[in-house]
Amino acid sequence: MTKDRSQNFAALAAGVLFGFGLSLSGMLDPARVRGFLDIFGRFDPSLAFVLAGAVLMSHIGYVVSRRLRHPLFEETYHLPKKRKIDWPLLTGAAIFGAGWGIGGICPGPALAGLALGILPFYVFTGAMVTGVLLHDHWPKHLLPTLKRKPTSEGSAAESLSR
Amino acid sequence: MPQAYLQSFLGGSLIGLASALYLLLDGRIAGISGILSEGLQTQGNGQPRNLFFLLGLIFGPILYRLGFGAWPSIHFETGLWGLALAGFLVGFGTRLGSGCTSGHGVCGLARFSPRSMAAVLTFLITGIITVAVLKR
Repeated sequence: MTKDRSQNFAALAAGVLFGFGLSLSGMLDPARVRGFLDIFGRFDPSLAFVLAGAVLMSHIGYVVSRRLRHPLFEETYHLPKKRKIDWPLLTGAAIFGAGWGIGGICPGPALAGLALGILPFYVFTGAMVTGVLLHDHWPKHLLPTLKRKPTSEGSAAESLSR
Repeated sequence: MPQAYLQSFLGGSLIGLASALYLLLDGRIAGISGILSEGLQTQGNGQPRNLFFLLGLIFGPILYRLGFGAWPSIHFETGLWGLALAGFLVGFGTRLGSGCTSGHGVCGLARFSPRSMAAVLTFLITGIITVAVLKR
């Protein structure tokens, strides 16, 4: 019970920090994101600094995690254990990139942007949730090459003891 | 201009710190598309933890507003139909590709995951091509 409560509180805190960081960094602004992708036009390099700061801190966290036998509020780490670069990965990333280029919004800013209470974020996020649900609940026999795993394992995060 | 870069770097560092905390405390990857997918599930993985994360994520900009007295500046270049199409592609694509800018970008690159590096390279390339085509 207490463990669950701690986990939930940690998730809430991490979420707040994540959303605040997105707001501070400029990632919530679709025009800036598209400016970053516009390397042949009016390129805006600022998002490279966002990524640099984020990967740096995240890497420090990862290095520390390797020295801890288990996370503070959980018995084991839940990390993706798939190593193979396969077609679903590349196809999915390609589709995501196209959507990212059209709208200038990725999932984090889409959800954080709901706080601003303006229609475009709700349209985008509503469509995004539809896409997620369609993928997660699509009858598997209709898409045999794309869905190879049962839903119970559909999550990217799987238990890996190190 | 350098100040804008510094602000971007600081904001990015907070995003990275959030990912580090989620890994060190809950042992999980702070990948937003995965957290959203699990949060939408009614059984199995649909733990309240995911909903708490999403709730926090939405509270982030509100905290920014409380601290700075204004929302972060936002400019949309895409109409509502375009955003609907984009949102759908982002939702479906990130699930099929097992991650987005946070899971593959922030967390995956930090772990030197080959899968994440391939994914990031792929979505950067198609994103750049899409913008190049649409902006001309």
